[in-house]
Amino acid sequence: MNLVESYKDDLKLIDKPWTRVWVIALVLALFILPWFGSDHIVYVLTLIFIYAIGIHGQNILIGYTGQISLGQAGFMAIGAFTFAHLANAGVPIWLSFLGAGVVAGLAGVLVGFPSLRLKGPYLAIVTLGFGIVVYQFLTSFDVLSGGRMGMTVPKLPAILGMSKAFSMYYFTLIMCLAFTILTYNLISSYIGRIFVAIRDNEIAAEVMGVNLTRYKLLSFAISSFYSGIHGALYGMLLGFLDPSMFSFQETLIIFVAVVIGGLASCEGALFGAAFVILVPQMFSELKGMVPIVFGGTIVIIMIFEPLGLAGRWSKIRLYWQNWPFR
Amino acid sequence: MATFLQYMISGLSMGSLYVLVALGIVLIYRSTRILNFAHGDMATMGTFFMFTMLLYKFPFTIAFILSLLFGGLLAVGFYFAVIVPAQRRDATMLGQLTLTVGLSMIIQGVIVLFWGTNSKVLDFPLSDTTVWQVGPVYINALSLGTLAIGIIGSFGLYLLVQKTRLGLAMRATSENLPAAQTLGIPTKMILAISWGLAALLGVLAGLFLAPALLLDPFFMLEPFLKGFSAAILGGLNSLPGAIIGGLIIGVVESLTGGYISLEFKNSVAFVIIILVLLIKPEGLLGKVFKERV
Repeated sequence: MNLVESYKDDLKLIDKPWTRVWVIALVLALFILPWFGSDHIVYVLTLIFIYAIGIHGQNILIGYTGQISLGQAGFMAIGAFTFAHLANAGVPIWLSFLGAGVVAGLAGVLVGFPSLRLKGPYLAIVTLGFGIVVYQFLTSFDVLSGGRMGMTVPKLPAILGMSKAFSMYYFTLIMCLAFTILTYNLISSYIGRIFVAIRDNEIAAEVMGVNLTRYKLLSFAISSFYSGIHGALYGMLLGFLDPSMFSFQETLIIFVAVVIGGLASCEGALFGAAFVILVPQMFSELKGMVPIVFGGTIVIIMIFEPLGLAGRWSKIRLYWQNWPFR
Repeated sequence: MATFLQYMISGLSMGSLYVLVALGIVLIYRSTRILNFAHGDMATMGTFFMFTMLLYKFPFTIAFILSLLFGGLLAVGFYFAVIVPAQRRDATMLGQLTLTVGLSMIIQGVIVLFWGTNSKVLDFPLSDTTVWQVGPVYINALSLGTLAIGIIGSFGLYLLVQKTRLGLAMRATSENLPAAQTLGIPTKMILAISWGLAALLGVLAGLFLAPALLLDPFFMLEPFLKGFSAAILGGLNSLPGAIIGGLIIGVVESLTGGYISLEFKNSVAFVIIILVLLIKPEGLLGKVFKERV
């Protein structure tokens, strides 16, 4: 089908002319959508963009590098509270975001160290422990979390004369696009190949000259940088932070999003983000039934499509590529 | 010294509940290589079932046995209805883990729907206000009962796994599934029994935990995470490891709560795990990883 003739071909993000058209059309549609959609749709999409960033990060760690991590909520909390403290202290917003990402990334390196020795479920429980320890610290030290009343976060000021909701929408959309493109590039670069090699077989990767320590820690750092930004944006959207927002449930939601979307697939991360936000939203009039429906859809999708939504997506694409021939 | 013994006893009795939870997790992991995130919720479901039975004036023993069976059947049903079809379509390990996360959401939803989120009190014949003095320490009926049930549960499981034909089949299945199948062991049945047994142990822990805490839809989350870490601490493949891990976590937690600070009681379990795993990555009694290229 698509024959790769040169290394440059292999690095291309989009290999067929029509794909480019579809992608540009989709992005344009997202850019003009707020002027036609309701406030609710704008809010939901903003949430999806924010979650997509964190899920991209976890996908790099779980999907591409193969390190199971259940500490996402901890990194999110670190990012969010760092952002809140920096922004409240009067640091410019872009610098606060950078700070949130970098502090979360450093925490990621710290958590990454056990990953050099631990595998699978053992690593999962250590990272899970990290998430719980972060939560405990935030609830115990009022200086960090703003105490019982929580902590206010400055919201994004209205830019270019648009309403606040719209500015936040465009801001998160651009952030999400930037991180998506960054992820695509990272994965097709040599770093991405190393991550995949580590996932497929650590020993073989090491024999091929991969510095396991460096790249495992790098993977943790990158993914928790993403999670930190995710947390910071989330705090900015709500304008309010409370440690209980970053509980074990949050970790599970992001984990589910990564697997449901499709492991080791960038589109999958976007699908996963859309899934975990849209499904509870769509069935919100059922009220008490929402967790049941949400869990039910997760179970049904995982039974019938073990590769997640991205697996189904690639099957659909393959079918239409040769249509009407089979 | 007396306070130390006191903390030891409360730690051991709490630890024996972690042991029951951890044994269930290890049983499922050993046989099907699935980390069961719905373990705590299955136990909660069983406990709420018991609550309803007692509400309708069923005799205590019948309600007790029926709720254990209910929890077991729930797990067996989940195994046959969800895990088997998923495995037939080559679900990955992470995919199966996600399935259990989905199940845990469903069960939580069902519990909130039927019983609401208010805390309830489970009528239990053992109470923690009946206190006896043994030498320098005080011991209450509930923690004595918990200790006893921990020992009975673990010993019963030991007898079942090591001394019966069913246990032999279970060990064979977890050791090598295709070989066990070739030898004529009904592996699906055995795996389903492992799931059921695991959930039964979980419900047992839940029933003895509910009188100490209050009964609400999320009361098993904390003990589940502790049981999980106990299983990891002892080594996910090892049943004796789960017992040792559970007791260690219970005791250390109680000592930290008593001597250092109540606030960090919950974090300390994880700090121990991280330290132990850094020295022994496969857990205290786990088998060393073998990896081939």
